[in-house]
Amino acid sequence: MTVARAMVECLKAEGVKHVFGYPGAAICPFYDELISSGIEHILVRHEVNSGHAASGYARMTGKAGVCVATSGPGALNLITSIATAYMDSIPIVAITGQVNSDQIGRDVFQEADITGSAEPFVKHSYIVKDPASICDVIKKAFYIAETGRPGPVLIDVPMDVQNMECEFCYPDKVEIRSYKPTTEGNKLQLKRVADAILKADKPVICAGGGVFLSGAEEELRELVHKCNIPVINTMMGLSNIDMSDPLYFGMMGMHGVRSANYAVANCDLLILLGARMGDRAVTALEGLRDTPIIHIDIDPAEIGKNVDVTTPVVGDIKKILTQLISVVQEEKHTEWLNELNAVKNAPADVPGSKPGTLDPRLFIRELNKYLEKDAVIVSDVGSNQIWTVNNIMLTKGRFLTAGGMGTMGYSLPAALGAKKACPDRQVIALCGDGSMQMQFMELATAVQHGIDIKIIVFVNNCLGMVREYQERLYSRAIAVDLDGSPSYEAIAGAYGIKAETVTENSQAEQAIRNMVESDKPYLIQVIVDKEEDSII
Amino acid sequence: MKHTISILVENQAGVLARISGLFARRAYNIDSLAVGVTADENVSRITIVADGDDHILEQILKQLNKLIDVIKVRSFSENELLTRELVLIKVNCTPAQRAELISIAKITEAKISDISVNTITLELSDYSNKIKTFEELLRPYGIKEIVRTGTVAIQRGSASLTI
Repeated sequence: MTVARAMVECLKAEGVKHVFGYPGAAICPFYDELISSGIEHILVRHEVNSGHAASGYARMTGKAGVCVATSGPGALNLITSIATAYMDSIPIVAITGQVNSDQIGRDVFQEADITGSAEPFVKHSYIVKDPASICDVIKKAFYIAETGRPGPVLIDVPMDVQNMECEFCYPDKVEIRSYKPTTEGNKLQLKRVADAILKADKPVICAGGGVFLSGAEEELRELVHKCNIPVINTMMGLSNIDMSDPLYFGMMGMHGVRSANYAVANCDLLILLGARMGDRAVTALEGLRDTPIIHIDIDPAEIGKNVDVTTPVVGDIKKILTQLISVVQEEKHTEWLNELNAVKNAPADVPGSKPGTLDPRLFIRELNKYLEKDAVIVSDVGSNQIWTVNNIMLTKGRFLTAGGMGTMGYSLPAALGAKKACPDRQVIALCGDGSMQMQFMELATAVQHGIDIKIIVFVNNCLGMVREYQERLYSRAIAVDLDGSPSYEAIAGAYGIKAETVTENSQAEQAIRNMVESDKPYLIQVIVDKEEDSII
Repeated sequence: MKHTISILVENQAGVLARISGLFARRAYNIDSLAVGVTADENVSRITIVADGDDHILEQILKQLNKLIDVIKVRSFSENELLTRELVLIKVNCTPAQRAELISIAKITEAKISDISVNTITLELSDYSNKIKTFEELLRPYGIKEIVRTGTVAIQRGSASLTI
């Protein structure tokens, strides 16, 4: 069979049901085979969004999401989403067409060195020159993307190679001598962790995105309840523990809540669990002097990179937690929990809003009442993200955002991917008007493919977080007004999507009810005051 | 502080670009780099001399280990290693100066690799500081051209780095 056919057969063998992509000449042989394969292709409206959709899909399935683009500009447009997935350790396999192999390096039409350009942002990449290697390459790509610390893998296939003949033989297993991630925690180190937990009066666990990647949510819950250890999250870790759990104290870091940062500042043992301690989270650790820190992560390079640790443990979080649960003793930590609860329950100001605008925090709290138990919330980047993370209440639900790269325009395509992965769950994208204008072409994708996602756009006619930042640091705001922007209700209407606008807190409930009751895509634009800050 | 790092990699296209790219984007300094195939033709050995404190060295080793094509990485302390560089130096040399330069070559154990009416090209394989001294000795004659390789290093004694 042809390599193009073999590529499709490999995807089938890998169990791929959906791919997100955008065709072009150099990837046409693959597309021609895809059409009759039974794999559903979702046509995005910009290549970057095929990567974000694959990311949303991957995060909900735990398997690599697949995105496809053509050579040159198509492939280059993918890079931002590949980099976004890389920062957040999301497994995706990106397939790109390339110009004919005998033309590579001659600057022909739509030629770009995509493996070279994407190199800093991929876990690994392949350019397929030998048709006989295709099955092996695809098997390895999925294996590398999904194992160890997950991440994006790129496969670039020249058009002439796609048309060459090869034998289809999909390998059962992979053996890469230079790639053997450590998954079992070192026994001696685990003993040290268990001893430290036993010794500590004020322990706290900071659970990051690694808990999802390892599928260790249940083990986390079990461990913290056995020892009554308070849990806080990084942004990437949000919803890996039930937010209504009495042991949960919110998100830490620069944009986090007081109770979480208080817990870090006053604990006598900090356990970092699958959290790479990015600079936005690490602010919470400033001022810690002698507090022992345990860092558990599958990637040894993350341990000691941003935070000096007392006890490093390398391995798969699920395995490590399972081992820990069996050796730790039950504890109460009543005093410590009382101390934290006092901070958590301290009355907070709920700022009112000006006439004609809503308080976005109150809107999100209203939304909480209508969330299905296992709802998927996808947040964009900016003020909307901070409002969302500090007010959303997910019990069995899932929170998604582009935490590491902070890529605007992530929410809508990622929500499309998430909904394709779990069509029975409620999927809601929340974004600002800045991010909306980077992604609203994808409304067409939702309509064309009948993907029932809900969209909430906070409209303050301004790049709110940049404004806030500029005003604090430069005492004035520059280039943040979004004058000239459209009505998002009208935009949605133009795509045939039902939409409405809310301008007062009192209208929120009805609008949310209309939205959740609809079985089609639905958009609410929420008018927010321009001066609304992202601080709680 | 200087560190000598030996890396065994799959002998494949693009590996060197991945490694040099890693150093560049993470702002690690490379002082010297040498690449060559090992006894196993599928495996190449890269020797890098890098500058940085212990924290940076630890990160370099860990990040290198993450590259899929990297089979093994090790850094060595100076006294564990036998290091060599090769240098070719073309020096101005009038017929009257020939005897002098030949005697320098003899003392330093350099090889006379080429000779012309008014130049002489000397070749020396030695450790870095020796090569520096050699260069200083030749400078007064007028160095026309220097070509120098990166450092290669092998462990002293019976220990060896293999996959």
